[in-house]
Amino acid sequence: MVPLSHYLIVSAALFAIGVAGVLVRRNAIIIFLSIEIMLNAVNLTFVAFSRFLDSLSGQIIVFFVMTVAAAEAAVGLAIIVSIYRNRESVDVDRVNLLKG
Amino acid sequence: MNFVLPEIDLGAIAPQLWLTATAILVLMVQAFVPLVTSRSLALLSIIGSLLSLVATLGLWGQEAVLFSGMIALDTFSLFFNVVFLLGAILTVLISVEYLEREQIAHGEYFALVLFATVGMMIMAAGVDLIAIFIGLEILSLSLYVLAGFMRQVLRSNESAMKYFLLGAFATGFFLYGIALLYGATGSTNLDRIFLIAGERGGWGNVLVMGGMGLLLVGFGFKVASVPFHMWTPDVYEGAPTPISAFMSTAAKAGAFAAFVRVFLYSLPGLAASWAPLLAGMAVLSMVVGTLLALVQRRNIKRLLAYSSIVHVGYLLLGLLSGGTEGGASVLFYLLAYTFMQVGAFAVVVYLGGQGEDDLSLARFSGVAVRHPVAALAFSLFLLSLAGIPPTAGFVGKFYIFSAAIQAGHIGLAVVGVLTSVVSLYYYLGVIVFMYMRDPVDLPERRPSAALVTALALAVAGTVEMGLFPGSLLDLAQQSVASLLGS
Repeated sequence: MVPLSHYLIVSAALFAIGVAGVLVRRNAIIIFLSIEIMLNAVNLTFVAFSRFLDSLSGQIIVFFVMTVAAAEAAVGLAIIVSIYRNRESVDVDRVNLLKG
Repeated sequence: MNFVLPEIDLGAIAPQLWLTATAILVLMVQAFVPLVTSRSLALLSIIGSLLSLVATLGLWGQEAVLFSGMIALDTFSLFFNVVFLLGAILTVLISVEYLEREQIAHGEYFALVLFATVGMMIMAAGVDLIAIFIGLEILSLSLYVLAGFMRQVLRSNESAMKYFLLGAFATGFFLYGIALLYGATGSTNLDRIFLIAGERGGWGNVLVMGGMGLLLVGFGFKVASVPFHMWTPDVYEGAPTPISAFMSTAAKAGAFAAFVRVFLYSLPGLAASWAPLLAGMAVLSMVVGTLLALVQRRNIKRLLAYSSIVHVGYLLLGLLSGGTEGGASVLFYLLAYTFMQVGAFAVVVYLGGQGEDDLSLARFSGVAVRHPVAALAFSLFLLSLAGIPPTAGFVGKFYIFSAAIQAGHIGLAVVGVLTSVVSLYYYLGVIVFMYMRDPVDLPERRPSAALVTALALAVAGTVEMGLFPGSLLDLAQQSVASLLGS
């Protein structure tokens, strides 16, 4: 059987990739996808712990997280669409009206 | 396999249910009654909030943990319900005029404000990290939409996008923190985490420490403390003004409710590890917020955003002091802050013209000549934010600093006092513009009845809490005592 630490390392690596994506990429959609990678890395952690602790609640949480992620996607994409309509770009560096 | 259905006691979540029902009703009325005005929807929302307030007061004094250990009914959550409902009612009142002026008077606005309030209530009542997470997301998702509610306005789009991307980013950290704590303790229940984290604390346990640190990052983002504050000024500037008021008061109170519950109730055993981090966040928030506010002349909403970061620093100081005194000072300050901050934003709503193109301090020149009452009220709120007696802000700061000194954080209290002395400079700056400069050409306007009501409520709250703080402070202490079981 694959030990718990392997799962944890994979999910930590995925989470780090997500964080790096948010910090490095400038396209709002890609940033959003990176956030989804972070959330799914957390899901993997939950499921792995749930399996190894023999506790069901970890898997229940994953359902909640997926639901929330779906709602977040709906709201987030709507926001990105509305900004694209007004500005014809989703580059976060070009969205710079507010500063100072 | 046996399934035991959890006991369902809907009476215990009556405040949440009233608000949810009202929000759905508002949506339905908006959809199916073609001629309904936004004023009547606002009235409907306020009636729903008042019913929820009545339900909250009716539950006062009861203690129970319900829904399989997910939701607690205690004085702590009920006290916060009152703060949230006050924030929501004041927000709805100052929104009516604003929405008509900006031509965004849609019913969904009020429904979203109510849904956000439900999210806060679930956060404050949650005794399981899942419940707290769900509450946080209900709150955040509603606020993302509200921040971008002016769909045609680029400022509002930008505000929503920044808030959404950074908020979702912070959610990732928060959730990872929950996952690690779950891995370390085998449960997401705060009671279980309290028992196990207390035993296995210390830097030796990577899972517990990592989970706690990530939760701290998540909460830091949600309450907008330095170094997680970058989004605050941009989001508050671009969002509709009443929503900036709502985000900086009620939403912040929601995050603080969960913050207090998780750190003071569930993780006090790890205080030796989180106290230095929290102290750093508090000092940075107070100092950096003050410095940024000092140089802000361009936009009054940004000024209030930076000042809200400073106030988060004070609140973190209260949280850090811990115990009944520290917790109670946080609760009291959040209530006081709701009155004075929403009041200040109400005046901005009143004086800002359509589109709010120019909210620089210069625009407030000579306001006292044209609008003496608004100028007087604004001065009161600003002095209260600065902490001048006899206002709510003074009493609140006094309790926070005395709790900090009792808990031995004398250095931090000194930083707090110094920053609030310096903060007088930028608050008084606005008052100087209003009273000592020549008037600019402000359009004549009459405030709506709703706005006047909101201002009167905010003034009454600010003065009342400044003059007679005793009974409310007792209530705050009882609430925290019910939480900490002392």
